[in-house]
Amino acid sequence: MSAPPPAIEVSRLVKTYGGTTAVNDISFTVARGEIVGFLGPNGAGKSTTMRILTGYLPATAGSVHLCGLPVATRPDEVKRRIGYLPENNPLPEDMRVSEYLYFRGRLKEVARRQLGPRIDEVLEICDLKRVRHRIIGQLSKGYRQRVGIAEAILAEPPVIIMDEPTIGLDPHQILIVRDLIAGLRGRMTVIISSHILPEIEVTCDRVLIINQGRVVAQGTPAELRREIFGQSSYVLEVAGDPATLAAALATVEPDLRATPPGEAPGAGPEEFRRLRLTTARPDELGEAIVAALAASGCRVRAIGREHPSLEDVFLAATRRSWDAVQAAAPRPTPAR
Amino acid sequence: MKHLPTLLSHELRMLLVSPATYVASTLFLGFMGLVFIKIVELYGGAPQETSPAVVYFQLFWLPVCVMVPLLTMKCLAEERRAGTLETLLTTPVTTTEVVLAKFGAAYALYTALWASTLGFFLVLRRYSGDERFLDAGPLLGGFLFIGVSGLLFVALGVLASSLTRSQSVAGILSCVALATLILGGNALADSPWLDQGLLRPLRAAVDHGHVFGHRDDFARGVIDLRHLLFYASGTALALILSILSVEAKQLHA
Repeated sequence: MSAPPPAIEVSRLVKTYGGTTAVNDISFTVARGEIVGFLGPNGAGKSTTMRILTGYLPATAGSVHLCGLPVATRPDEVKRRIGYLPENNPLPEDMRVSEYLYFRGRLKEVARRQLGPRIDEVLEICDLKRVRHRIIGQLSKGYRQRVGIAEAILAEPPVIIMDEPTIGLDPHQILIVRDLIAGLRGRMTVIISSHILPEIEVTCDRVLIINQGRVVAQGTPAELRREIFGQSSYVLEVAGDPATLAAALATVEPDLRATPPGEAPGAGPEEFRRLRLTTARPDELGEAIVAALAASGCRVRAIGREHPSLEDVFLAATRRSWDAVQAAAPRPTPAR
Repeated sequence: MKHLPTLLSHELRMLLVSPATYVASTLFLGFMGLVFIKIVELYGGAPQETSPAVVYFQLFWLPVCVMVPLLTMKCLAEERRAGTLETLLTTPVTTTEVVLAKFGAAYALYTALWASTLGFFLVLRRYSGDERFLDAGPLLGGFLFIGVSGLLFVALGVLASSLTRSQSVAGILSCVALATLILGGNALADSPWLDQGLLRPLRAAVDHGHVFGHRDDFARGVIDLRHLLFYASGTALALILSILSVEAKQLHA
């Protein structure tokens, strides 16, 4: 029996509007049940890609498959398999929350008999029961956002696409939305775009960074750190003879480099110094370092592995792509 | 087309909660009430040759040019401006279903408002006790004309709303289009220069689309298939253009 197709398969996707290339030859795959973060600066092509995934916008070139179905030729079937929360979450101002969900449920072909219990369920999941009879136009931003999420998950589609679901929310509301999305893990495939990077790091299994219409990095946050920064680093507070310390570190990993090297000015062997150790080895060496230093008579007060934040990864990846574009651009010929 | 009933009931509901609907209804019923009072005064003063129903429908164009834009200007323009059209079109509904639902709801309200003015005649007959005030032939013909021509007028309103994000621009476009069709056609029909040489085919087209002429024929009980075809084909064309307009704007969103 063959394996089911991935939830989303994008191959060499291109979208141009009136001479501007919004999406330029991007390819990626999202497995079923995965939560993927879609990152990029403003105007990078995130929303355009998401709109193409939903079947709302046609692609200029390339192919998009959702649950094995081509979006270009079978958009109706694709639309039955997605829940979409667009950027800014447009909602009808004059409808009540429960009326809106009922209307959307009918459009999404949820059976009339199942719709009532399902609406109750999503109202419960999104903590909207208190406002179910309120008019949407009178709701706060947080409630409106949750109405949008409730609508996206209403028909239990296999794929959920959310464009900036936490934009404009306060930290409490962000936490609620984060828990809500985490609750979908394994049951639904979720693509989320956001500028709140710690949010993405906590919620997503994998991250796709897009810039100037191209995928500039993709992988788990740990893979991206390795790919972008290429090394692991540890911060160490240690006291002991510098020569002994260097020898002890070399027994753990010959590649391990300590900065600042040797003794800090004015610090004797009995005083604690702060060192940064860097190595190309990706695996965890903290325990081995502590054991080697203790065996050599050095005293270790603290050790910690440094993790560049996703923000650092994002900034480095986007900067790298801008640098690549600049390097590839033809230099202007000097005027004679 | 399986989502059409859901969309249609939603659109009717949204029209019924929209203030523009009540503004349009009040203006329309107020204006038609005034027209009716004037007719009653006219017929009370001296005997007339024509039925009051014929006179009543003569001024149909004035409420049409105001009411149809008010009923239709919001339908697609506002959905696009607010972004709700995007969420609607990411569900398994088609653009055709969306446009037909908007058209159907506006047309239902348009005909319901006109139908409610039948009450003027019923009240008059009730209190005057004169059966002649409820002249079935011209009344039926007049309402049939309103129903048939309304298809095209409302479709033009929907088309105007599909062309822009701004409700007010849609309203003005719709008003101008309706005035051009109804009054422009009438002005051209009376123009002798259309009878000259190469312009003769244009004269035939103007006569074919002469809305006042259609009204008079319907009121006399003449149901010409060419008139019905004119409104049916015009409605279909306006709706097809509306669908294409929504899809074209979606492509360049």
